[in-house]
Amino acid sequence: MAGHHKTFTDDPKVDPGVVKKAFTAAIAVGGLGLIASGAAIAMGEELRRQFFFSYLVAFMLCLTIALGALFFTIIHHLTRATWSTGLRRIAENMAGTLPVLAVLFLPILLGLHDLYHWSHEAVPAHDPLIRHKSGYLSTSFWVIRAVVFFGLWTAIALFFRRNSVKQDETGDTALTFKMRKWAPVSTLIFALSISFAGFDWMMSLDPHWFSTMFGVWTFAGSMVSFFAALGLAGLWLTKKGALAKTLTVGNFHDIGKLLFGFIVFWAYISFSQYYLIWYANIPEETAWYLHRTHEGWDNIFSLIIGGHFILPFALLMSRHLKRRRAVLGLACGWMVLMHWVDLYYVIMPTLQHHLHFHWLDVTTVLGVGGVFVAFFVRQFGKDAAVAHRDPQLIASMEYDNA
Amino acid sequence: MADRKNWGMVAEFDNPARLLEAAQKVREAGYQKFEVWSPFPIHGMDDAMGLGGSKVPWITLLGGLTGLTIGFTLQWWSGSIAYPIVIGGKPLFAWQFGLPVMFELTILLSAFGTVFGMFGLNKLPRPYHPLDKIKRFKKATDDAFFLSIEAADAKFDLGGSKALLEKLGGKHVTLVEE
Repeated sequence: MAGHHKTFTDDPKVDPGVVKKAFTAAIAVGGLGLIASGAAIAMGEELRRQFFFSYLVAFMLCLTIALGALFFTIIHHLTRATWSTGLRRIAENMAGTLPVLAVLFLPILLGLHDLYHWSHEAVPAHDPLIRHKSGYLSTSFWVIRAVVFFGLWTAIALFFRRNSVKQDETGDTALTFKMRKWAPVSTLIFALSISFAGFDWMMSLDPHWFSTMFGVWTFAGSMVSFFAALGLAGLWLTKKGALAKTLTVGNFHDIGKLLFGFIVFWAYISFSQYYLIWYANIPEETAWYLHRTHEGWDNIFSLIIGGHFILPFALLMSRHLKRRRAVLGLACGWMVLMHWVDLYYVIMPTLQHHLHFHWLDVTTVLGVGGVFVAFFVRQFGKDAAVAHRDPQLIASMEYDNA
Repeated sequence: MADRKNWGMVAEFDNPARLLEAAQKVREAGYQKFEVWSPFPIHGMDDAMGLGGSKVPWITLLGGLTGLTIGFTLQWWSGSIAYPIVIGGKPLFAWQFGLPVMFELTILLSAFGTVFGMFGLNKLPRPYHPLDKIKRFKKATDDAFFLSIEAADAKFDLGGSKALLEKLGGKHVTLVEE
């Protein structure tokens, strides 16, 4: 209603008891998951290779969510957005897990030879295609790139989070302008790094195959899973009584709209990649999809079309359903699961000719996911759950783009 | 002029906030056939007027499904039934190559459904409206805010409606003939 101005009356901090309980539960699940999964390394070559592939899927699941959060934070400042002010701290905390994810990346370095066929020194000698790409696909360059990516991501994530937290204390608007100033170059770095990280860690699993759309595909999946995770995190906070008046139904409606939008974007990108390869019908490209539409993988292909696009598309189209927290929460949880399936579909066929799920697929998600959630939640114990002295917070609370 | 029927009554308000308040009160008084006129959209007006959800999305959906069906049928029928010619070693019909056209026609007819559905529900184009006769009403496209109540409303009553509009701060309350 016009003339009815809101004020920030919530407690900016989450109840420490709630944070501690969630952290303990998540770190316990994560620790047990990692120990159970890690045991597989010592149990023969077959289990070791399965561990590294399952671990890569779980790792990429958490990494893409964190990167989506990083992009959301950057784009908030780049576009001088108002509506997302109340949600920004949640994204900053998700991106704040990037230093932890850098540590969780180490097992992938250990599994380099098990995961990436091109990394064996003997391979380029008798494989002309890989020899041709060896300038890029060399172990040392690959490791340097990984270090650079994590270095840049960590620097950007911490820069935006620290300045945002600083504003909680000082209320200094100059910090907002400082963050806006660094948003454009961060966007550029983000776009290049996420694309090449996708090439390096997922596309190079099959070094003969290539797709120029793979970087955008990585980004699209990243945004879908991030908005799903943002919805879940926001619902968790309000359910625990934190930010109950700050995060309005309009905020959740907007998350639903963006989730819907990026699901369509993801479908557009995924189909475009598939469609061009199907139409051109060049053997070196089609082999990748041929493998993925046979031997049980065709079921996953159909599941992704139905579960990652058609079902959420139909569900989230309705304004009424997006504004119902229970339905939105269900859709968000489902999309995180579907994002895992999508990554599994890209990564796992490299290892397995026939589709068969493995217990390591579950334990690695619990392990990496548990640690990821734990360190995400922990940050709510340190700082406010919302940028409560951001000059645009009140406007974001009043805004309901119904 | 005695044979002319009354169309309704119109009043001018000072600003969007007053108009919003007036719309709320007119609705609370039980009126149903009333309308507000403003040079720009006013936040919260839908709620104040008690407008339900728009019917346009359903027309959009209908348009989209029609487009999808046409896109599929056209390609499948022309490629597999009417002119079954193998091109580039591709099947006579496959969803892979059918999808772009199905998608584009879905979008096109959704957009048509949205735009023309909106026109239809708003009864546009309408070359004549009784309010056009009121000289001051031209300002509704520039810097003035109006509320009109139709004579066809069951609650409409010359004296009572005028008194209500004036009580709510309406100025230049005028009776409008058809």
